[in-house]
Amino acid sequence: MESPVEIAQYTAGGVIGVSWLMIALPLLGAAVLLVLGRITDRWGHLLGVAMSLASFVVAVLAFLELVGLPEAQRRQAVFLYEFIPGMADMGLLIDPLSISFALLITGVGSLIHIYSVGYMSHDSDRRRFFAYLNLFVAAMLLLVLADNYVGLFIGWEGVGLASYLLIGFWQFKPSAAVAAKKAFIVNRVGDFGLLVGMFVIWSSFGTFAFADLGAKVGTASQGTITAIGLLLLLGACGKSAQLPLQSWLLDAMEGPTPVSALIHAATMVTAGVYLVVRSGAFFFEPGSPQALAVAIVGAATLLAGAIIGCAKDDIKKGLAGSTMSQIGYMMLGAGLGPAGYAFAIGHLFTHGFFKADLFLGAGSVMHGMNDEVDMRKYGGLRKYMPLTFATFMVGYLAIIGFPLLSGYFTKDGIIETAVHLQPVLGWLAVLGAGITGFYMSRMVFMTFFGEKRWADDAHPHESPSVMTIPLIVLSIGSVFLGGYLILSNRLLLFLSPAVGRPEELPEFHFASVPGLATLGLVAVGAGFAWMRYGRAEVPVLAPRGSFVTAFARRDLYGDALNESLFMRPGQWLTRIAVFLDNRGIDGVVNGLAAGIGGTSGRLRRVQTGFARTYALSILIGAALLTGALLLVGNI
Amino acid sequence: MNGVIQAPTIEYGTLAPMLLVFGAAVIGVLVEAFAPRYLRRAIHVPLTLLSLLGAFALVLIQVVKGDVPTTASAMGAVAVDGPALFIWGVILVLSFVCVLMINDEGHFVASAAAVPGSAEEEEAESAGSEHTEVYPLVLFAVGGMLLFPASHDLLTMFVALEVMSLPLYLLCGLARRRRLLSQEASMKYFLLGAFSSAFFLYGTAMIYGFAGTVSLPGINRALGTGALLDPLLLIGFAMLGVGLLFKIGAAPFQAWKPDVYQGAPTPITALMASGTLVAAVGALLRVFWVGLGNLDWNWRPIMWAVAALTMIVGAILAITQTDIKRMLAYSSIAHAGFLLIGVMATFDVSEQNSGSLSAILFYLLVYSLTTVGAFAVVTMVRDPGGEAGHLSRWAGLGKRSPLLAGIFAFFLLAFAGIPLTSGFFGKYAVFAAALASGSEAGDSLGGWMTGLVVVGVIASAIAAFFYVRVIVLMFFSEPAADGPTIAVPSTGTVAVIAVSLLITVGVGLFPQPMLDLANQAASGLFIR
Repeated sequence: MESPVEIAQYTAGGVIGVSWLMIALPLLGAAVLLVLGRITDRWGHLLGVAMSLASFVVAVLAFLELVGLPEAQRRQAVFLYEFIPGMADMGLLIDPLSISFALLITGVGSLIHIYSVGYMSHDSDRRRFFAYLNLFVAAMLLLVLADNYVGLFIGWEGVGLASYLLIGFWQFKPSAAVAAKKAFIVNRVGDFGLLVGMFVIWSSFGTFAFADLGAKVGTASQGTITAIGLLLLLGACGKSAQLPLQSWLLDAMEGPTPVSALIHAATMVTAGVYLVVRSGAFFFEPGSPQALAVAIVGAATLLAGAIIGCAKDDIKKGLAGSTMSQIGYMMLGAGLGPAGYAFAIGHLFTHGFFKADLFLGAGSVMHGMNDEVDMRKYGGLRKYMPLTFATFMVGYLAIIGFPLLSGYFTKDGIIETAVHLQPVLGWLAVLGAGITGFYMSRMVFMTFFGEKRWADDAHPHESPSVMTIPLIVLSIGSVFLGGYLILSNRLLLFLSPAVGRPEELPEFHFASVPGLATLGLVAVGAGFAWMRYGRAEVPVLAPRGSFVTAFARRDLYGDALNESLFMRPGQWLTRIAVFLDNRGIDGVVNGLAAGIGGTSGRLRRVQTGFARTYALSILIGAALLTGALLLVGNI
Repeated sequence: MNGVIQAPTIEYGTLAPMLLVFGAAVIGVLVEAFAPRYLRRAIHVPLTLLSLLGAFALVLIQVVKGDVPTTASAMGAVAVDGPALFIWGVILVLSFVCVLMINDEGHFVASAAAVPGSAEEEEAESAGSEHTEVYPLVLFAVGGMLLFPASHDLLTMFVALEVMSLPLYLLCGLARRRRLLSQEASMKYFLLGAFSSAFFLYGTAMIYGFAGTVSLPGINRALGTGALLDPLLLIGFAMLGVGLLFKIGAAPFQAWKPDVYQGAPTPITALMASGTLVAAVGALLRVFWVGLGNLDWNWRPIMWAVAALTMIVGAILAITQTDIKRMLAYSSIAHAGFLLIGVMATFDVSEQNSGSLSAILFYLLVYSLTTVGAFAVVTMVRDPGGEAGHLSRWAGLGKRSPLLAGIFAFFLLAFAGIPLTSGFFGKYAVFAAALASGSEAGDSLGGWMTGLVVVGVIASAIAAFFYVRVIVLMFFSEPAADGPTIAVPSTGTVAVIAVSLLITVGVGLFPQPMLDLANQAASGLFIR
């Protein structure tokens, strides 16, 4: 394995030197929109779009400058200012990994901004929505661009805040408010892991900077490194909705559809993958227990998400389950070390495209169906919205890994690397791919094929071009991006200065055993779905189903588990604490106060109002003083 | 030299501020004697204000010129040193703003000699007569306050004590409303004051018996050589302490304070609660520091007990008070206790400690100015029968008069020592100085000082309760149906409240200039 190249301080006067603009511009946009408030209602959304686009332009220019540098210099640190003296400086790290993420965030982010101009046009609070979007972009960029864990953490928390605000954007809906709170609380658990991990990093190495950690990481014991790795993994699980912190993602679909849903599908949830890959060189040595833990979490989540996806009738929730599952693939890849990084990041990109395609397609369907989300009330839509159908099909084929489409290359890469390095997990991933074939086919058949099962007032129609054009752009990416990135190891070689590369470059086999097995299982899954949902009648009301269905419908009892394990004991704990506070602590405090008050009431009587009493007290005082002084003086 | 009486040398320049005040007071007496009744007030007001202003200017000139004397003046009777000048400045500012309050109509009785409720009194009131003697009396009291902390020997100090106190006894009995209460206060103050003065004088005599001199540095020298365990000295010292502690209202000599503060006309209460306190603490510091510096190991435990008792008694008794002026009186007792912490902190291992001295000077400045402001607010809240003293009448004041109630709440927070008010820095400075002196002294002594600071913090917490209770009462209670009226304030009262608020806020936000001033004053230490 080859290590990443050294980080150099950027001195040239190019775009990289002002890459802080990427963060500052959307942050400024958010500040202006939030501080000026209603004044900006009329043009606020345009400012938001402009800031996001400007940020994208800076990212592209920085990317071009970086690509122009020789490979050994492709890690540039930009010092901004002294942040916490003696502990951390604020600085940015521009390297292939961070700039890739920056391109994804600003690119997809800008698309979301543009799409939202139309989607939120009837919302009276559109300006506020754009403020949050800008805030999200700024925070996410800080997360991926910071050159140390402190900056990363600030961005991490900022992303959490923006996500909370976006999920709960329609806070008048109790379900949205609850979902926002849930996302926030579950993320706190992950944040706690990240934070404690940072504490351990600081106490072990005395630095947070990526540039310094590489040299110092060898000084710590293996146990410390494992502890740090597991704590960071906990953080990654929270943000990326991995087991056991997956429960918030499905509820997060309560945000304005599909815009913030897309943020939670394509952008934000990748933060965990970024964290693992970025820390990979320090804390996730291939074959170490913590790297294995990452891979296990990924494999477990990819199966869990796929199973959940099978039982959801809500099209958004089905896609959310699929998101969980796909990020599980990325985590699995990230847990395999440099051999898997390129496939994990590659899958992250292709997933960004085909999931965006699917989400926006779902939004287009909902748009035509009066915001109906229940797939049991769709059916036969392919004739009524042909463009949406075509682009959705492309996304569908990409996600199930149809040969030569994007998903095929990246997912297959992860599976093959996994089968090679961790056979058990690898074959589980193959199984997951089969289930993906089933639930995605189910979604397509229920939505676009079969009989019409519409509500009486539904008049499905194709969406306007402002919504279909992004779909077309995204489906093109869904077709070609995977092959471009993976064939001849383009992405791997590009990323290698930042994350290192395996000694042997992988070769892509079109006819390997796991690959063929995957294709076979996907075909079986799709065929099964055809029998159940394509050929057969789909009931408008969901049947009770077997216990497996109920299991999947209820998110594998994740919420029930959380409720009985954490929520109820937590509520009991609160009640006990309140009781103790009222009776115990307040009792002592009130008793003390009453005691002082009573003393005061009794002492008052000494103040009789008679001068003779006062004189007597002076006399006694004088006698005491004299006596005491004589006594002390004679000791 | 035999039989030849030498004229004493007197440094008029150095003593000018004090002499100006006394001179103006004497002129005031002449005005009373010779000027026609209708002109008196018109002469007194500018005379009094200008003399106080002039005296303050003279203090400033001395400070700016930097010629602070290093030896005692007037044949060793008066010491005008850095701390004395600082205290003079504070007292002159305080008395100036108090005189502005005194100028307001309706505080003083028309005819003090008339029996309350008699026909004579009505007659005097309808004739619109007034006691313009108030002005020279105040000037004499202020003169005494100036001399008291600057006295360099015990006899001068006794004279100053009397010059300060006698006019105050009279002034206390001159309230226009609730005259019986006022006269009772005056009587009690006089009796108890005389009682304590006797202690002071007796103590002076005993110490003279020990040292053969009444001069403070002379006593200190005698301490350095003589037997420290001489009962004459110890008894004399205890008696002297009683006299001084009585004036600052330390427990167990505090009993007069609530009665007198409540009965006296409020501007006079303000003058006593600020000016007298400042002067008495100054005198206490000088006696203990200059005269008894070599004896500190003896008085320390006793002073410790007095300080702790004073804080606790003041804070606890204030809780159940129902009259605003009585409550402020107990608050003043508690603050006297805090000041005593500072007094103790100024001694560590018999060395003079300028840091602690500056802390206590700073505390005196900020506390006394806040006090004057609070009493000025009290004068404005009125019932038909005079000031609305009972706390229940203050309920809901925040809804009727948010500005006034807000200002008062701010003063109360300053008393409580909440950050961003001057009171916070005052308390902080004193407590920090006490802790520092304790840690410098080391071992057992350090523990004692820390213990005293702990008592101080607990007392502050208790005290915060009754301050905040008044705020709650003002802002969160329904106003009484026939609540008190808010008097339209005169320019003078507005100026008093404004100055006081300005200092309380200003020092709360930017304490450094005032701290620097106090440091500079303390750096010269007392003349020995």
